[in-house]
Amino acid sequence: MNTPLWEVFIRARNGLAHRHVGSVHAADPTMALQAARDVYTRRGEGLSVWVVPSNAIVASDPADRDMLFEPTGSKIYRHPTFYEIPEDVGHM
Amino acid sequence: MYSQALNTKETAADTSPEATRFQARIDAEDRIEPNDWMPEAYRRTLIRQISQHAHSEIVGMLPEGNWITRAPSLRRKAALLAKVQDEGGHGLYLYAAAETLGVAREELTDQLLSGRAKYSSIFNYPTLTWADIGTIGWLVDGAAIMNQIPLCRCSFGPYARAMVRICREESFHQRQGYEIVMTLCQGTPEQKAMAQDALNRWWWPCLMMFGPPDGASEHSDTSMRWKIKRFSNDGLRQKFVDATVPQGRYLGLTFPDPDLRFDDESGHWRFGPIDWDEFRRVLAGDGPCNRERLEARRKAHDDGAWVREAALAYAAKQRIAA
Repeated sequence: MNTPLWEVFIRARNGLAHRHVGSVHAADPTMALQAARDVYTRRGEGLSVWVVPSNAIVASDPADRDMLFEPTGSKIYRHPTFYEIPEDVGHM
Repeated sequence: MYSQALNTKETAADTSPEATRFQARIDAEDRIEPNDWMPEAYRRTLIRQISQHAHSEIVGMLPEGNWITRAPSLRRKAALLAKVQDEGGHGLYLYAAAETLGVAREELTDQLLSGRAKYSSIFNYPTLTWADIGTIGWLVDGAAIMNQIPLCRCSFGPYARAMVRICREESFHQRQGYEIVMTLCQGTPEQKAMAQDALNRWWWPCLMMFGPPDGASEHSDTSMRWKIKRFSNDGLRQKFVDATVPQGRYLGLTFPDPDLRFDDESGHWRFGPIDWDEFRRVLAGDGPCNRERLEARRKAHDDGAWVREAALAYAAKQRIAA
């Protein structure tokens, strides 16, 4: 049987979100954490590590990209620069 | 530590709409991610190149590991241990990148252990003296850096990201190696002779690390078109020679090449012919240490089998208990 795959996320500094850095193989969660620590933090890269079973991640299909994300492209009124405010009003 | 230019053979050009869109994305410097559409040949080329690169990192731990117990001081020992640990880490980043293309790490390990996969020819040479450890860091890692920096911009996202991490860590390797060689060169005549001997043995194999000359390399074109590779073998080799010769001369060392001379006109160091028969022999399995390297890997894999089985059995038991 193949050893399960885990995705590794690291928080580099407090105040930052955990960020995906790669993956490791390990039999169980404890060993996955230890492997992630050994493989991805040999030079103080992080203060916190998450490991998530790779098969627990649900991902969007790249083929659906246009359907999912393209509609926002035309909604320029969602951005502040869409609205004209006279300079006299000052910064808003 | 290093990947050798051993890509796949050219296949008939794919003219489907997907392939055209794919090439347009590459041309626009867009990165390809694992779930994106890609030509089968692109996938195969990458699996082969990334896994060969990973195998090279793992096998590359062996020649240096040979000297951990005999490093001349605690400082040197700690540095060498950290370097060999890094090579192990680099192998794992790369296996993970290869796995995003749909191949299992176990399959890649099996290809290495069964002798079907190749790894860099440089690791089939022995590390006879302590000076070899310094020379490997200086030259082998120096050549690796030349090869790897362009790979940070490879079109395949996971490979490029792994290479960014690797390159960041690799520069310590080269500096620690050069420091070892420098210390020997500033020591007794015997120590300096040891450094010279190591340079004499490693110089030509290091030049071979860049792969066959451009005229004889049958797969460069496709890899260039796909932006897996960005510079030619000969171009990188010349860059390495130009960077390295002054470093050696600074130490008062000579290079084992009677034809080596500085060409004022081009501003390059010109070097003599490389023995490509030796390169092919070592790559095909007939180097000084090929058998020993694979035997060491097989033994480590077999000796660790019970640990892998026990860990999986324990995990299964915990799941039942939960």
